[in-house]
Amino acid sequence: MQERVAAGGPALRRADPRDLARRYGILIAFAVLCVVLALVNDNFLSTRNILNVLRQTAINGILAIGMTFVILARGIDLSVGSVVALAGIVAASLATTSSTAMVAGGPYPAALAILVGLAVGAACGAVNGAIVARFNVPSFVVTLAMLSAARGLALLYAEGRPVPALTEGFRAMGTGSVLGVPMPVVIFAGVFLVAWWVLNQSRFGRQVYAVGGNPHAATVSGISVPFVRLSVFVISGALAGLAGMMLAARTGSALTQAGIAYELDAIAAVVIGGTSLAGGVGRVTGTLIGALLIGVMNNGLDLMGVESYYQQVIKGVLIVAAVMLDQSRSRRD
Amino acid sequence: MTAALFEAEGLKKSFGGVAALRDGRLRLMPGSVHALCGGNGAGKSTFLSIVMGIQERDAGTIRLEGREVRFASPREALAAGISIIEQELSPIPAMTVAENIFLGREPLRAFGRVDFAHMNRAAQELLDRLGFAIPPDRMMMDLTVAQVQLVEIAKALSHEARVIIMDEPTSALGEHEADQLFAAVARLRAEGKGIIYVSHRLSEIFRIADSYTVFRDGAHVGSGAMADLTREGLIQMIVGRPLAEEFVKANRPGGEVTLAVEGLSRARLLRDVSFAAHRGEILALYGLMGAGRTEILEAVFGLADDVTGGTVRLHGAPVRIRSPREAIARGLALVTEDRKGSGLVLSQSVRANIAMAGLEGLSLGPAMSVRREKEAARRMIEMFGIRTASDQLDVSGLSGGNQQKVVLGKWFLTEPRILLLDEPTRGVDVGAKREIYRIMSDFAAGGGTVVMVSSEIEEVLGMADRVVVIRDGRVAGEVGRAEATAEALVHLAA
Repeated sequence: MQERVAAGGPALRRADPRDLARRYGILIAFAVLCVVLALVNDNFLSTRNILNVLRQTAINGILAIGMTFVILARGIDLSVGSVVALAGIVAASLATTSSTAMVAGGPYPAALAILVGLAVGAACGAVNGAIVARFNVPSFVVTLAMLSAARGLALLYAEGRPVPALTEGFRAMGTGSVLGVPMPVVIFAGVFLVAWWVLNQSRFGRQVYAVGGNPHAATVSGISVPFVRLSVFVISGALAGLAGMMLAARTGSALTQAGIAYELDAIAAVVIGGTSLAGGVGRVTGTLIGALLIGVMNNGLDLMGVESYYQQVIKGVLIVAAVMLDQSRSRRD
Repeated sequence: MTAALFEAEGLKKSFGGVAALRDGRLRLMPGSVHALCGGNGAGKSTFLSIVMGIQERDAGTIRLEGREVRFASPREALAAGISIIEQELSPIPAMTVAENIFLGREPLRAFGRVDFAHMNRAAQELLDRLGFAIPPDRMMMDLTVAQVQLVEIAKALSHEARVIIMDEPTSALGEHEADQLFAAVARLRAEGKGIIYVSHRLSEIFRIADSYTVFRDGAHVGSGAMADLTREGLIQMIVGRPLAEEFVKANRPGGEVTLAVEGLSRARLLRDVSFAAHRGEILALYGLMGAGRTEILEAVFGLADDVTGGTVRLHGAPVRIRSPREAIARGLALVTEDRKGSGLVLSQSVRANIAMAGLEGLSLGPAMSVRREKEAARRMIEMFGIRTASDQLDVSGLSGGNQQKVVLGKWFLTEPRILLLDEPTRGVDVGAKREIYRIMSDFAAGGGTVVMVSSEIEEVLGMADRVVVIRDGRVAGEVGRAEATAEALVHLAA
């Protein structure tokens, strides 16, 4: 429902090729990129490589989905990278067999560790959200502070050391698979489907779009703006916690320096996906495509043997191009 | 016959095959005020943007003092002596009044330093000449909306243009500021300038204009001297068909008090305000801009956190309403005066806007029922005759009148019993105004209660059963429909 609304106004109804390019630009760019990569490299379309791209995209994709909620509600969450580290470390400390890093009585069942990790992420988000909603401090500032504080807490908690030797049960969320599909991809797909449902089919989703589109109108219409603001940060925090645990599970140990600068890739995916930083306009499917585009690009450049430094430059160009596309679209409206 | 100062003929403009302007023409004499009238979508805005060089014309000619002109930008138009006061304000809040007026052409001293003393002096002279009492060194953000509007007017006039276009200049002004504006307009006319005046407020047009041009559906339908025109004649020309009556009123007030406000006070804003509204009644709160009318509605609707005293009773029982959510649950609805600021989410569809205040009723648990939502939107679009090709179109593409009907639709969906309306017809064309009056009247006739804040005195006299006049945050008096006259209301309000 929201899909078409967000995509354009009356001017875009007609099948003008330029309008189509604006509207589906990212999808087209994504498709073109895939076709080109498939032509130049035989391995690109192999099942193994596709699953590999999806696995590599999963963590950024999950962070970007959480970020989509926050940005749709007119906020920004710069703290997700640090929350990745903090939640990963805390959860790992409950699921490690290393006697030096273990919480007394451990290792605990993976399910408990995961719940705690989600709770840590949600708690960081709740602090962000509460300060934003209650005291009206700009979310840029609040989450910048959390970016610093959560990283510091992770270092304090782990005394600056990694938490190694995670239990098999915990590692399953990074290394396991379901019917041949890697577990991170399964989790990513699940998160996406739930987020899609929430933003497009639930009452809360309507409230997020209303608060981001016009908080005054939302207030007058009886929507609790503070509740919505708090909630989107809790969602973003909890998903960052999830991503942090997946990262630790994949590598087998949780690092205090994990997730540095991850917020930037998450924001990039959201922006490339066409969500407006001004709030109220955007789609989670766009974010999915944005995250996949970044993932496929990195993968393709790897396959072609392009130096990773170039990848960063190309990503930069992509972000600006996506925003320029978006600007020309909103001018038409 | 003297030569025209400004003349436009046969202006045409299409957007993607749709003609927005088919035959735009207007002839403006020096030393006159020329009203440009028409409903929303009549082509006035397109006409003005072509004149100002914002858009290119497809055909037609524009002559300024007999010479043909074609501006490529507003800057060129300004240089040639045409300035416009736009409906949407664009102040820079963190700059002073003088800085805003001389933005981009600040007087300079040596080494490019801005000569603030000279700038402030020049601004003061300009404001004095216009009769606007605004200190030039005040920050824009510390001004009221009305004062900001006056500064924008002063800015446009500071260019010493010979043709001045005013697009709805009074939409944010109270009576007093509007009077200041009209006095300034009279002075400009006496100086021999030509003024093109666009307004939906017919009484204003009759008060200050010398001649008129009416556009309808993108084409010129008539022009002439105001002296030869009646109000009914003008409305008929704008709407294109005879209107039975301008105001529609079929409700009869009953005896039962539905909303009673007793001793309501807000810190610095309201003092001991009391009034009661009845079942089936349209009660008007009349007063000058800033008198506290909007503040009363906010307090009743749970939007004020500075209420220092007073009781609100609904159907006799005292209630404490602390949020719009509680207000909605108790059967209240508030149409705010700022449609774009707090009425609509412009980036969303007609359907999403209609559903916004009634999400609970349109969902099953946490899930929205898209079927119910569509059905609700369809019902409201039909009930209010909202003209939109689809309920999925962005609400920002609708005309002012249709946007206002979307806001009304949003509230009717919550099935309110008491409707609080703040300037319900602001920026709405004559045809849509009448439809909004019909909606108000039907609602009251069906047993609802309407509390309407309005600055338009004809509207108050035409629609209200009773008028409570607010002055400086207090109730200055109450007048019944039979005794209400423009003089009585203005006297109480000022």
